[in-house]
Amino acid sequence: MRLLGLGIFAAVIAILPLLFPENYYVTVVGVTMFFNVILAVGLNLFMGYAGQISLGHAAFFGLGAYSSAILTTKFGFNPWLAMGAGVALVWIVSYLVAKPILRLKGHYLAMATLGFGIIIHIFLVQYDTLTGGPDGLSSIPELSIFGWPINSDLRWYAVSATVMLLSILFSLNIVASRHGRALQAVHGSEVAAETMGIDTSRVKVHIFVISAVMAAVTGSLFVHEQAFISPDSCSFFFSIELVTMVVLGGMASTFGAVFGAAILTYLPEFLVVFQDFKVLIFGGILMFIMIFLPEGLFVGLCRLFTHFKQEQKECLTS
Amino acid sequence: MYRTMIKGLFACMLGISSALVLTLSAASAVHASGTIKIGSFLALTGPASFLGDPELKTLQMYVGEINQKGGVLGKKLELVYYDTSGKAKVAKDVVKRLIKKDRVDLIVGGSTSGTTLAVIDIVEREKIPFISLAGSIRIIKPVKKWVFKTPHTDRMAAAKIFEDMKKRNISKVALITGNGGFDKSGHAQCLDLAPKYGINIVADESYNNADTDMTTQLTKIRATDAKAILNFGFGKAPAIVTKNVRQLGIKLPLYQSHGVASKKFIELAGDAANGVRLPAAALIVAEQLPDNDPQKPVLLSYKKKYEAKYGPVSTFGGHAYDGLFIAVEAIKRAGCVDKAKVRDEIEKTKGFVGTGGVFNMGPDDHLGLGLDAFKMVEIENGAWKLLY
Amino acid sequence: MYEQLLQYLITGITVGSAYALVGLGFAIIYNASDVVNFAQGEFVMIGAMSAIFLNAAGIPYVLSIALAVAITAAVGMALEKFAIEPARNASVVSTIIITIGASILLRGAALLIWGKDIYGLKPFTGEETIHIGPATLLPQNLWVMGCTAVSVFLVKYFFDRTRTGKAILACSYNKRAAYLVGINVKKMLLISYGLSACLGAVAGILIAPITFFTYNAGVMLGLKGFSAAILGGMGNPMGAVAGGLMLGLLESIGAGLISSGYKDAIAFIIILLVLFLKPSGLFGKSSWERV
Repeated sequence: MRLLGLGIFAAVIAILPLLFPENYYVTVVGVTMFFNVILAVGLNLFMGYAGQISLGHAAFFGLGAYSSAILTTKFGFNPWLAMGAGVALVWIVSYLVAKPILRLKGHYLAMATLGFGIIIHIFLVQYDTLTGGPDGLSSIPELSIFGWPINSDLRWYAVSATVMLLSILFSLNIVASRHGRALQAVHGSEVAAETMGIDTSRVKVHIFVISAVMAAVTGSLFVHEQAFISPDSCSFFFSIELVTMVVLGGMASTFGAVFGAAILTYLPEFLVVFQDFKVLIFGGILMFIMIFLPEGLFVGLCRLFTHFKQEQKECLTS
Repeated sequence: MYRTMIKGLFACMLGISSALVLTLSAASAVHASGTIKIGSFLALTGPASFLGDPELKTLQMYVGEINQKGGVLGKKLELVYYDTSGKAKVAKDVVKRLIKKDRVDLIVGGSTSGTTLAVIDIVEREKIPFISLAGSIRIIKPVKKWVFKTPHTDRMAAAKIFEDMKKRNISKVALITGNGGFDKSGHAQCLDLAPKYGINIVADESYNNADTDMTTQLTKIRATDAKAILNFGFGKAPAIVTKNVRQLGIKLPLYQSHGVASKKFIELAGDAANGVRLPAAALIVAEQLPDNDPQKPVLLSYKKKYEAKYGPVSTFGGHAYDGLFIAVEAIKRAGCVDKAKVRDEIEKTKGFVGTGGVFNMGPDDHLGLGLDAFKMVEIENGAWKLLY
Repeated sequence: MYEQLLQYLITGITVGSAYALVGLGFAIIYNASDVVNFAQGEFVMIGAMSAIFLNAAGIPYVLSIALAVAITAAVGMALEKFAIEPARNASVVSTIIITIGASILLRGAALLIWGKDIYGLKPFTGEETIHIGPATLLPQNLWVMGCTAVSVFLVKYFFDRTRTGKAILACSYNKRAAYLVGINVKKMLLISYGLSACLGAVAGILIAPITFFTYNAGVMLGLKGFSAAILGGMGNPMGAVAGGLMLGLLESIGAGLISSGYKDAIAFIIILLVLFLKPSGLFGKSSWERV
């Protein structure tokens, strides 16, 4: 029963490309959205459930992406091996920075993660013999699964959709597990959680690493899909965008993150027609939603809906 | 239980609404086949917008003019363009959109090297003729089958500057560059070319393009035995560098790149700009060219039209003029918009007189400009002065 | 070596002064409303751009500066009135997103009003280089340092000595209690946002003659101001000022002595190290959690 929502979502995703196999919004923007969903769902575990904040999440995405790009183009690695190496690197880096950074709280945590993201970004821009500098790296080889090359939009659609659905499933399971309850206790009050016998710092580090690794995997897939990577794909602005996805959809709700990622992917596509006005309109919409539905679009609408059904006690968590 | 159902319901709604949107867009994707579609992606916002802005204005102005005269091959031109904000990722997305949704016949655009380099793979894969408006030599070297460009390369700029330094017997140079794609690429070309001209780079400083002050880097340079300063960059940073050089009382000759070849630079740097030398396209010194120069009439005509409508010209808009007309001429010669034929004809461009110079392309040269297409210019009393 | 160092210090303090004013703006709003205002950098841009355009439109120099500060203050108050106040029940992260939305909106508006070009303002008084020993500076550098010092002093006086300033401080400790003793909390919030926007505008106008402005120049300055406020300890206005000056000096000396390419990275690494050692900034009060 818990997975009904996911099932319907999966069905819609499966049917869409059958109906519109050549449609730009399905097969091209769709893939971008799926990547964003994985990132947002991962970040939501850390932000929504553990109640922390990260303004540097794009750095892990970038480390994963650049590991794949550099190892495949400069050292001739097999793409899967490169992905594995990238994930391992991010695993280690995130574990190492987690300890000192997660001691910080609130705005200080925001600053530290922001600083971390910017440092990684500067490194990617400046160390150009390895990273290609601001122009980035191109001609990254394609990925193939047992000799089946992922070389068309539809194939990428299938692959990214599968990974996305798995990540949503993974997130729903974590939340429902013992681990997830511990997380929510940390979110509620760290001191209270400590007194209940939860090792809060271990729980936080754990979820931070999981979230970072999810970003690294996405980065690696992204780089093969785009066949290109440059530092502005993993800048400070992208970190902010990811946080916006999580908050816009509604914190502490996996489907909220999905919703937020979908909106932030498709909205700019539709605003393109407004030319110079698009920046203004985008900012306006963002403010409007957060002012009137401060809990986020998905969670907020959910609440309105239950209110309407006179069922106020349900629909708050998960 | 309840909440999962609600979640499912929302997922449904999401699906339905996106399906609706898709059908709508599918309906609009059926385009009028009576036009020739020229796609463009430009940096219209963001720090590189002073490139994209004149480029777009030029494209719009001439597409309008061509259509008034009856179009090309009896068909009207249709310009489809998107803003990249100078970001590679966005460029990649909008080029996909141009190819897959708008189904353009060819692409003229890519204000910055970063955005151009990002889309080369996809353009090659989808086999669309693409004329880039960006500077980096990496765009055309090695030659890519479907990719051409009109602006002079950063390598040419570096060569031209070093040539001038040699003439003035300068062999020790301090290099200062920003952290953008243009800067970094120019920086690499300078380091690569310097030994060939017997030039020794004695200082190599860098700044962030959003920085407000570069006196620290220049103070470091002042302490070296450099005999000239070379600043490779565009936007506001070179203007700040120029002012800071004068403020620090540094008397060394200052060289800028073609990235500052717009009136705006002189306006921002003010008196400090006097004495600055740079390589630039002939457009900014059109009036000073000798009358027998083949480029002169083209330049003056472009300048007149553009300035009547929008204000002072910059060489960047000129690159868009060259790109558009090389494409239009190629379509005319091909007699159709078949992509492979148009590509072949672009490659055969010979003796095309543009704002950047006289283009002679070939299978191993997708730019077709020589070093003579660059003019050495010095700023004197707040105006450009043609040196040679 | 010594002569270069002096120049690095001058540059660092000039740049740091701007960061300090922006950081001060962050701290004031944070104190009054617990909001980290990510639109702070946009105030800097609006102040500078308004001054530039008013002056270009033929309005006398001093008057255009005054008007620019007033316009920015109005924008700041409007932000409070129409975005922060209606969302007062929102969580901290939600208000952060609101201010991010506001910054995008303001940038979009600036793009429409002023276009994409780069603009500069003419210096307050001349461009004659002043020599101090081996180092040189422009009169504008002195204006930046002097006006920053005066602004900081005025802000300190305002919070320490005036009734309104004290009332705002009371709000920052406990809004409910402040309300109960008869302080008009809404009005105090409005004043804080106005004041903070003023400081942003002053920073922008001061550095406009040294650097140049575009509609998106506020982003980087906002980021640096936020870093300054955090470095000094969020919620301590004078800490933010110290943080700003330190950040400017770190960048300048880092670029001068270590590497100009990595200067921003050096500054952020040091901020991270400071936070690891002092988790609530240099001069911040250590936080505790209420259970």
